[in-house]
Amino acid sequence: MAHHNQSPSEMVKKLGWLHKVLAEESDTTEKEMTDFVKQQEIISGRDPEISEEEYFINMGPQHPSTHGVLRLMVSLKGEIVQNIKPHVGYVHRGIEKMTEKMTYKQIIHLTDRLDYLSSTINNHAVCLAVENGLEVEIPERVKYVRTIIDELIRIASHQLWWGVMGMDLGALTAYFYGFRDREKVIDVLEKNTGARLLHSYYTPGGLMRDIHADFQKDIKEYIKYQRNLMNEYDDLLSNNVIFRERTEGLGIMTREEAIAYGVTGPSGRASNFACDVRKQHPYAAYDKADFKQILYTGGDSFHRYKARLDEIKESMNIIEQLVDNIPEGSYTAKMKAVLKLPEGTYFQRVEAARGELGVYVISKGDKVPYRMKFRSPNLSNLGALDKLTRNYKIADLVAIMSSLDLVIPDIDR
Amino acid sequence: MNEKYIPRYDMTGVIQSIHEYFLSVMPAGLAYVTELVLIGILFLLFYAVVGLILVLAERKVAAFFQLRLGPYRVGPWGVFQTIADFIKLLLKEILEIKAADKFLFNLAPFIVIIASFMAIAAIPFGYSLHAIDFDMGLFYVLAVTSVGVLGVLLAGWSSNNKYSLIGAMRSGAQIVSYELSIGLSLMTIVVMIGSLQLSTIVQSQADGWWIFKGHIPAVIAFVIFLIASTAETNRGPFDLAEAESELTAGFHTEYSGIKFAFFFLAEYMNMFIAASIAATVFLGGWMPLHIGNLEWFNNIMDYIPAFVWYIGKTAFVIWILMWFKWTFPRLRIDQLLTLEWKYLLPINLINLVLAAFIVLMGWHF
Amino acid sequence: MNSITNYIKTVGKALKSLATGMGVTGYYFTHRSTAITEQYPENRATLKLAERFKGEIVMPHNEKNEHRCTGCGICETACPNGSIEIISNFEVIDGKRKKVIDKHIYHLSMCTLCGLCVDACPSDALDFGGDFEHAAFNRISLTKILNKEGSKLTKDIKE
Repeated sequence: MAHHNQSPSEMVKKLGWLHKVLAEESDTTEKEMTDFVKQQEIISGRDPEISEEEYFINMGPQHPSTHGVLRLMVSLKGEIVQNIKPHVGYVHRGIEKMTEKMTYKQIIHLTDRLDYLSSTINNHAVCLAVENGLEVEIPERVKYVRTIIDELIRIASHQLWWGVMGMDLGALTAYFYGFRDREKVIDVLEKNTGARLLHSYYTPGGLMRDIHADFQKDIKEYIKYQRNLMNEYDDLLSNNVIFRERTEGLGIMTREEAIAYGVTGPSGRASNFACDVRKQHPYAAYDKADFKQILYTGGDSFHRYKARLDEIKESMNIIEQLVDNIPEGSYTAKMKAVLKLPEGTYFQRVEAARGELGVYVISKGDKVPYRMKFRSPNLSNLGALDKLTRNYKIADLVAIMSSLDLVIPDIDR
Repeated sequence: MNEKYIPRYDMTGVIQSIHEYFLSVMPAGLAYVTELVLIGILFLLFYAVVGLILVLAERKVAAFFQLRLGPYRVGPWGVFQTIADFIKLLLKEILEIKAADKFLFNLAPFIVIIASFMAIAAIPFGYSLHAIDFDMGLFYVLAVTSVGVLGVLLAGWSSNNKYSLIGAMRSGAQIVSYELSIGLSLMTIVVMIGSLQLSTIVQSQADGWWIFKGHIPAVIAFVIFLIASTAETNRGPFDLAEAESELTAGFHTEYSGIKFAFFFLAEYMNMFIAASIAATVFLGGWMPLHIGNLEWFNNIMDYIPAFVWYIGKTAFVIWILMWFKWTFPRLRIDQLLTLEWKYLLPINLINLVLAAFIVLMGWHF
Repeated sequence: MNSITNYIKTVGKALKSLATGMGVTGYYFTHRSTAITEQYPENRATLKLAERFKGEIVMPHNEKNEHRCTGCGICETACPNGSIEIISNFEVIDGKRKKVIDKHIYHLSMCTLCGLCVDACPSDALDFGGDFEHAAFNRISLTKILNKEGSKLTKDIKE
């Protein structure tokens, strides 16, 4: 393309309106001007300093495979990805700032909207942070119910991801099968919490309301249903030769890289990074259940896929162990009407569906936090995308991104 | 080969009398032109109807695979859905792309649609029911359908969109390589028949379809033809040129309204043509199912009109192609080429040698 | 020779895996009762929502057109989004000057259905309603007055 050989001043002339605008700003130097133009060129995908064959493509903010408003500036040579610059912030809602105006009870409903696919797990993180800060003893019943619901949410999240992974690779039918099964979990949850996606079911000290009378029966029915269908998932995608070719050995992440990038969750565990918070730092009733931490050594897209599928099975194991042993008791601890965290800093981490979610609270002793910071798993996982996809094709970029299972609102917050 | 098989419902007489009627009312040259125009109109209508039915069928079949109901609201069982869609596409604004190469941009959909339109001419729908019976009919169909890729390439290039260009380049590489497999897999049967004329190919299957008569090579060739023709028609799992999760819509990203409809229609017509060829060469075309000397069975089969046989077989092949699309994930471009050059082509060549050997030994029926 | 057997094995395995996948979709194609589509607007009559479904906030009234809201305003402060506004008057009832709600205004368009108001209400005056068809042509129609016209506070509330 011809304009690659143009000098910056020629380019400025070409962008006549820009020249005019910049000239009016009297203190703009020639260098600043050319820098600005260069920057504009880069943003619009025409970096004058890159080689002739290389070109930029904007994947997103509206693109079918970014599942939201993530913008990836992909530098390509033919179809080979040279590097990726993710641009985030298209769904930035300022949740961290909003928390500074809200009481701890009110914050819960905002955390639903971080990673909407693991909404109650986000609730759980804040609840635990506040409860630990207040040193409240939580009834055992609450711990059990929270654990079960978190695992149900995790299953629902992984089912959605399974379908979407199929869709990203072109198997649209898998998408519908994933959603069909997710619907069953959602029905169980809806009966109990009253919502299908954003539950707001936990509150500092306990639960919004006691579990539904059918809760245990529904869960057992659901698990029976789901166990029969795990073979179908394997038949349709896991064992399919095209799917294996598209995922095996692609986007390999070593254990060191996973640690360096802070890639957690199933994506990290597929690289043999033992980062399961449920196992490493048990909270709620996870220490009561006997379950495995899914670890794989492959570190490629396929093992990330496998780790998630196995996690569905493992979550069902956890639920099965706990569901019959929910102790009787109150569904909420006795809490004051106005919660005031003592001055200090508090940190709590939980295992969200996509990795480790951390909540860091600075309190000045008010009823609202002074500052609240969420360590979202997706932002760290996105960071590794550039490393993972270099020198692969666009199609692989889609597959690798899908295997990382990004949820954009959690990145932007 | 035995003597010609003439089906119970023979249309030759009707066609002949129409021809004679035209000759009686106008000079021979004019009659010839009139007939051509009539056939052209007939084919256009056929093209539109088949396109509409196929789009609906695809949506219904996809829905059935995906636990859905499919179109359900417009007319009973949604039968008028595609007509409503078609009207919507007609009414939509045709976007003008500033940076596009206007002439090529407008030309591309026509190339695609004309290529698929031309191929219908040679397909035998029934005994003597074809527009023209080339003695190289099969070769003609292959040659004409492969022109369509030119339109796809032009569309991708002239859109001046990077996604489109990538899609077009993929499509180019794909069709150039899969053309080989299509040709060779058909060649396996042609070796056994000894003719490229489509009417002869159908006639040769009066005593059994080639997929049964041709031993294992015919079955292998049929499978390869199905795979290759899926790739040739740019359908999933080989829909890399469109690949909506990677390239948004590939080569037709910038097209809207009726121009998009042309691409859409051409895709389905290409599928129809590929299925027709598969039905004609492997499954006997309009020929009823005949089993050796089982007279009573063959007689019953003869009562079903030839056209119904043809449509039934074509629909069956189309259904298999749809089944592929709605089950498998998409391949990557290098895997697509690996599949062709490392698997399909060598197997095809060995298969062809095997078929030639069978013919040499006279083992085929 | 080994490589040739490997080659054939690869092809065989691949074809088998593809056939398995087609078996799964083929099963659903032939078993139509597995279809999960719900014909939504038509099935309104049979549509069953979960009893706890959070569709909107409502104020239950009994048959004598009485509600339980004392107008204390706890829900207003509990709400994170400011979707509840209470306008109350002072009326003289039985010789005592009492706070009585005039309008309990609820902005559905701002509500996130977090349930804090229902949870916070000391007299259980608020509850979740199951109506979920909130689409409207303007935002004003999403602002509702929860206490019905002419309604009164029930007698059985202790203050």
